[in-house]
Amino acid sequence: MTVDKAGIISREKAKNKSRQLRRDIFRHWQLYLFLLPPVAYLLVFRYYPMYGIQIAFKDFNPGLGILKSRWVGLSFFEAFIKSPYFARLLKNTLILSAQSIIASFPVPIILAISLNECRSRLVRRAVQMVTYMPYFISTVVLVSMIMQLTSSFGLINNTLKYFGMQKVNIMGASGSFRPLYVFSGIWQGAGYSAVIYIAALAGISNELYEAAIIDGASVIQKIWYIDLPSIMPTAVILLILSSGSVLNIGFEKVFLMQNTLNMNVSDVISTHVYRVGLESAQYSYSAAIGLFNSVISTVILVGVNAAAKKMSDTSLW
Amino acid sequence: MAKGKMRMIAADRIFHAFNYIFLLFCFLVVAVPLANIVSQSLSSPPAVYAGRVFLLPVEPSLNGYARIAGNQTIARGFANSVCVTALGTAISLVLTIMAAYPLSRKALRGRKLFMWLFTFTMLFNAGLIPNYLLLQSLGMIDSLWALMIPNAVGAWNVIIARTFFETTMPDELYDAADIDGCSDFGVFTRIVLPLSKPIIAIMILFYAVGIWNSYFDPMIYLQTQEKFPLQLVLRNIMTSSILQASMTNVSAARENSAQLAMIEVMKYAVIVLSSLPLLLLYPFIQKHFVKGIMIGAVKG
Repeated sequence: MTVDKAGIISREKAKNKSRQLRRDIFRHWQLYLFLLPPVAYLLVFRYYPMYGIQIAFKDFNPGLGILKSRWVGLSFFEAFIKSPYFARLLKNTLILSAQSIIASFPVPIILAISLNECRSRLVRRAVQMVTYMPYFISTVVLVSMIMQLTSSFGLINNTLKYFGMQKVNIMGASGSFRPLYVFSGIWQGAGYSAVIYIAALAGISNELYEAAIIDGASVIQKIWYIDLPSIMPTAVILLILSSGSVLNIGFEKVFLMQNTLNMNVSDVISTHVYRVGLESAQYSYSAAIGLFNSVISTVILVGVNAAAKKMSDTSLW
Repeated sequence: MAKGKMRMIAADRIFHAFNYIFLLFCFLVVAVPLANIVSQSLSSPPAVYAGRVFLLPVEPSLNGYARIAGNQTIARGFANSVCVTALGTAISLVLTIMAAYPLSRKALRGRKLFMWLFTFTMLFNAGLIPNYLLLQSLGMIDSLWALMIPNAVGAWNVIIARTFFETTMPDELYDAADIDGCSDFGVFTRIVLPLSKPIIAIMILFYAVGIWNSYFDPMIYLQTQEKFPLQLVLRNIMTSSILQASMTNVSAARENSAQLAMIEVMKYAVIVLSSLPLLLLYPFIQKHFVKGIMIGAVKG
């Protein structure tokens, strides 16, 4: 009897709940109408391509389409891992992204702290305004600027000539590809990222600074004991986010900076996908490489996030 | 301020001196290349060719700009970019706000699920080939729509806009509207939208910058020269001999260096032209831009 009763009550509850849910949805049907176009967009342009990834496991035949092409399992992945390019691509991709992540991580923090400590409003605004201007410049313009600045009548060679030194061909030397890539990335992004840290610094409670002043702390001590620990969570989040792009480093910039002379260091997975995929139309093979890339970068992101959670209690989710 | 009047420790004075030097250094590192590019574009071709331009224009002239204004490919590229950016930004803005508003409402059942649908697209991307094949089957190859539709909604922007709505519109507002018998749509058009000017400005800026600056999508999806946006035209100018071909009046070998000099100046002018619209827009929306980054930073 009692069991039955409880069962009836819980069934009643469930019924009520689902009725409540239906009522809620019905009452706010306009909200769902709002969501319809963006969600439809997501399904078509974001999720349908994910379904299309199966092309990586099939031998794509344009006449048959993705669905009817023959399954070949992991053979394209195997082919990629055994290909002569594999080692070079993986090495170039990892070195380039590791270098740019490590080199560009501390710069915006230093810039933000420095701007934060600057007591002249004019200087602060001028420096801030100028340093995040490059963020608006397109990759094509950035690379064009690099080409012009390093050209034989560009700023760098003019300066060398002015001091009586020999002209250099910077874009033609494969050794200068990585430094140029990393430095131009800092040049373009540091001011933008600094804004995020400045926001974090502005959120620090004044009481901390007042206490520090009373204790006679120097500026450097204030930075070390108050500023840095306070912006740590923000820094960790940004580091996690950048780790997600380890393998997806800015395709455009690498691609635009590539030339036959620096190919040995500038050929990365994403540019290889483009070359074998769209230039020589090996759709399945290149989709497999692309998927390999996506999966590993998602794994890196999740892994770094978990590590950050363990070590610093800060994480994306 | 009391803080300023405090007696300064000697170490602090040294710190501040170094700080100014560091900031000056940062300023110069960013400003010098920009100043040089602009000055080169405004200098006379012989001065550029002789390598005499550093921070200020030498023998100022607008020759380069006059030449590119008369160049059909560049003018058409500029027009294409303006159209695609304006229309694409409008589409993105509408879709993003339409997604962000309901997602900011606690009354929306299944909010978490929908949110995940958006967030997941930031974590995992299908990659180049599946996207390309999708557009191919939709007949969007070599169409300007390919530059506006496939990337119309950025999940990150949806999150920023949603956070804005959540923080500016209190729950009581919706309750009150509910009691007064105002529909969700009515609340949106009469209350939410008029209060959303800052977020709309930020979204316009983010999307416009993204579309104006994009290179990869036009490169892979467009084939017809007449449809190329400015970034693609600029790239072609930098890597090929489009400009040489447009110089019909010069053929004598002794005028070759004058021609090369002119081409150099035109390259600088196109570089400036390709960034000018955004840089002109920038001072007006700078305030919103900083705010936008901050909203994104607060709610990762």
